[in-house]
Amino acid sequence: MLKDKLAKAFDEPGCATNRAKSDKDRKRGCSAKSLTPGAAAGGCAFDGAKIALQPITDAAHLVHGPIACEGNSWDSRNSASSGPQLYRTGFTTDLGELDIIHGGEKKLYRAIKEIVRRHQPPAVFVYVTCVTALIGDDVEAVCQAATERLGTPIIPVAAPGFAGSKNLGNKLAGSALMEHVIGSVEPPTTTDRDINVLGEYNVAGELWQITPLLDRLGIRVLAPITGDARYHQVAAAHRARVNMVVCSQALVSLARQMQERWDIPYFEGSFYGISDTSTSLRTLARMLVDRGAAPDLIDRTEALIADEEARAWAALAPYRERLGGKRVLLYTGGVKSWSVVSALQEIGMTIVGTSVRKSTAEDKERIKELMGDDAPMVDQIPAKQMYAMLANREADILMSGGRTQFVALKTKTPWLDINQERHHAYAGYDGMIELVRRIDAELSSPIWADVRRPAPWDCARDRSPAAGISA
Amino acid sequence: MTEVVTSGKACSVNPLKLSPALGGALAFLGIDGALPLFHGSQGCTAFALVLMVRHFREAIPLQTTAMNELTTILGGAENVEQAIDNIRERNNPRLIGICSTALTETRGEDMAADLRTMRARRPEWGDLEVVYASTPDYGGSLEEGWGKAVTATIEALVPEGSATRTLRQVNLLPGSHLTAADIEELRDLIESFGLTAIVLPDLSNSLDGHVPDRHIPTSLGGTPVDTIPAMGRSVLTLAVGEHMRPAAEALRRRTGVPYRLFDRLTGLEPTDALVATLIELSGADAPERLRRERSRLVDAMLDGHFYFDGRTVAIAGEPDLLLALASFFSGLGSRITAAVAPVHSPSLAGVPAPRVVVGDLDDLQDAATGCDLIVANSHAGDIAQRLGAPLYRVGFPVYDRLGAAQRLTVGYRGTRQMIIDLANRFIDSAHHEHGQEAAGPGGTGDGYAGAKEERHAQAQAR
Repeated sequence: MLKDKLAKAFDEPGCATNRAKSDKDRKRGCSAKSLTPGAAAGGCAFDGAKIALQPITDAAHLVHGPIACEGNSWDSRNSASSGPQLYRTGFTTDLGELDIIHGGEKKLYRAIKEIVRRHQPPAVFVYVTCVTALIGDDVEAVCQAATERLGTPIIPVAAPGFAGSKNLGNKLAGSALMEHVIGSVEPPTTTDRDINVLGEYNVAGELWQITPLLDRLGIRVLAPITGDARYHQVAAAHRARVNMVVCSQALVSLARQMQERWDIPYFEGSFYGISDTSTSLRTLARMLVDRGAAPDLIDRTEALIADEEARAWAALAPYRERLGGKRVLLYTGGVKSWSVVSALQEIGMTIVGTSVRKSTAEDKERIKELMGDDAPMVDQIPAKQMYAMLANREADILMSGGRTQFVALKTKTPWLDINQERHHAYAGYDGMIELVRRIDAELSSPIWADVRRPAPWDCARDRSPAAGISA
Repeated sequence: MTEVVTSGKACSVNPLKLSPALGGALAFLGIDGALPLFHGSQGCTAFALVLMVRHFREAIPLQTTAMNELTTILGGAENVEQAIDNIRERNNPRLIGICSTALTETRGEDMAADLRTMRARRPEWGDLEVVYASTPDYGGSLEEGWGKAVTATIEALVPEGSATRTLRQVNLLPGSHLTAADIEELRDLIESFGLTAIVLPDLSNSLDGHVPDRHIPTSLGGTPVDTIPAMGRSVLTLAVGEHMRPAAEALRRRTGVPYRLFDRLTGLEPTDALVATLIELSGADAPERLRRERSRLVDAMLDGHFYFDGRTVAIAGEPDLLLALASFFSGLGSRITAAVAPVHSPSLAGVPAPRVVVGDLDDLQDAATGCDLIVANSHAGDIAQRLGAPLYRVGFPVYDRLGAAQRLTVGYRGTRQMIIDLANRFIDSAHHEHGQEAAGPGGTGDGYAGAKEERHAQAQAR
């Protein structure tokens, strides 16, 4: 059964990379390459599924497996909630040896019952893990029985870690939503300017940098999928007029399926960077008008974009002098490998490298558009090589995720977090201003000069050891 | 007598338990030039890695055999061999410490035999040491994993048979509840008696937070692999924490080196016991410096106990950490109103609390209502906020404070520092919340008068 799900997940007509593959390559999935024993990095499918679904804030998220899956990972994701906090509670069946021998189904049922009794959540998501998949617990059957007996939707998420990468987990989470959640209730009201935003997890509150812009245009996010979402919003997402997919690799399949089933057109966009934010707003407006919204939306959107862009560039102007000529190494992937480039270039920074290890052919085209044919695209940089680059001062700042944070810091190089775990929000126009402000603060910290001074015992011998001590 | 009860829930809520493999990896990171390897799916490694990075604020070398459904069913020896090859090529470690996971243990593999076959086939691995620790998730928590990795290392590297004793050499087996700073303190203490110590594992120069002058793709320091066989020639093994007993016992069985187990080293009495042992072993007098440190601790106890008297404290932690902390607070006059451990252990019977619950942080929350202080890892942040009690962060993980590895908690100096930190915290919370309750029966003036003056000033301002 899992096999069927995987086969489906690996066949995605909505994905450009997937379309370009041969049948054989397609069957191998998206990430066969990265799973080399002894040289692998990154999360598993369960991790990816949890990242994609946990931001549904009023639901309970129960991990059916031994302790490592939840015990080592709960409370580590940074999706913000404007209300309910139940999603942050770590629930797990914490299977013991006997549970594994006898099967964990009964314990799972009891665990679901305990959660429903104590918290009365609108729904419980149940995550299958490697061990419970291996021992053959029928999680779907338990969830179905629990749904019937407890009167609360209990949703199985079949994305055990060993199925593949984080990215695959995102996709499997999407199929769980498609199969069990979306379309299961009707929204209380609808408007002709309702949209869903797919693949935005409200990390550090980024969604809240976008919703004020949409509010000004009268565009309503019917369901964020899934940042700061409530379960019933997601369940009623099928009534939106347009789907916007951010972080395109993750939930494009869900968007495609929603188009097939409910005729909701979708587009891939981004809220990182000034021009991309504007492009996304323009596209939203146009698509909503195509679907029957009042045509003045387009003009109002243009006015808002003109306002916001002028304001943003004015706010960035003072940094031109301070940051002009500073060299950035961008080590991220996908959309961010180009979406922040134009703004950084505009204020005069030099991009000495941008990694394209997770980027699509389209992403690479965008980089070339921005930086010309000799754009400094880099693939994976091994830690040793990155250490050497930074130690030789080939970049003034590294912008990356936590994984390479200490490579930069140990070479005494300024560093800025732009990935999942970050604590600052960089979306929309205000987010870009914030990003540049942070770059400036990091580069101008007084510690860099201080920590790079040699230790007293490494100073030149000819200097008097007692220099400064008056006789 | 302490009653130990198990929380009867089917669902663990806000788990306190961590995977034993994580504990095993931590221990291997205290060996120089080591690289821990999880035999499981890549997520097992990713989660443990992220948690360790957040706690230590360091890059953590940790690899995975990247098992998938098929390799799990067919057996993972091939993945292990491939992983070792790749790690050798990319990281060139001196030692690879393999920790199994629930996934590979559920399938069941004879990894010890597989590794023997591999070694015979792969002479090019040379002097690379490969140590295998069986650390399935369903067998304990962090402490067990740590202890098993140390035991496995001893069994792999210390030759059997009793050798000539090196008279001034001892072994130190620190438990997972000791910080990098604690281990350094104990080594200094031992050396101050003219003894040398082989410390296994030694986090004090691998996860202490420092800046190496080059890129190191393995652990940044720790016990030199070549010194480990010499543990068989020490006169005594000092083990800290009940969970180190199996390792000390394994060493004794192999080499005849006797051991002395200290269930904790936080507090005056336990530190005295260690110092007495060192005096007896070395035949040396206690150094002047140490005498002063003891005297300073006694002074801190005299000055500080007012603030601990009658305070109610709720503690959650791994068994030996729980025992050390509960004994510390209770020894200064506080009452332990809630004690929670993630797993069973003989240590729990000694916890000075009416009841110890084997459970999770949800059990802590239920039992901690109304307490003056919560003592637990960073995961208890929300609970503390909900209950309106201050949180003293201990154990693993501590990710919302700097310096978790640098905090000193053992010996005369460490105990004194904890008394000062915590007394100040009680003074603060008393000022902010309770006013006159701040002073202990001694009424030193710090709390009571201070609070009174503050209220007086407020009244005048009105």
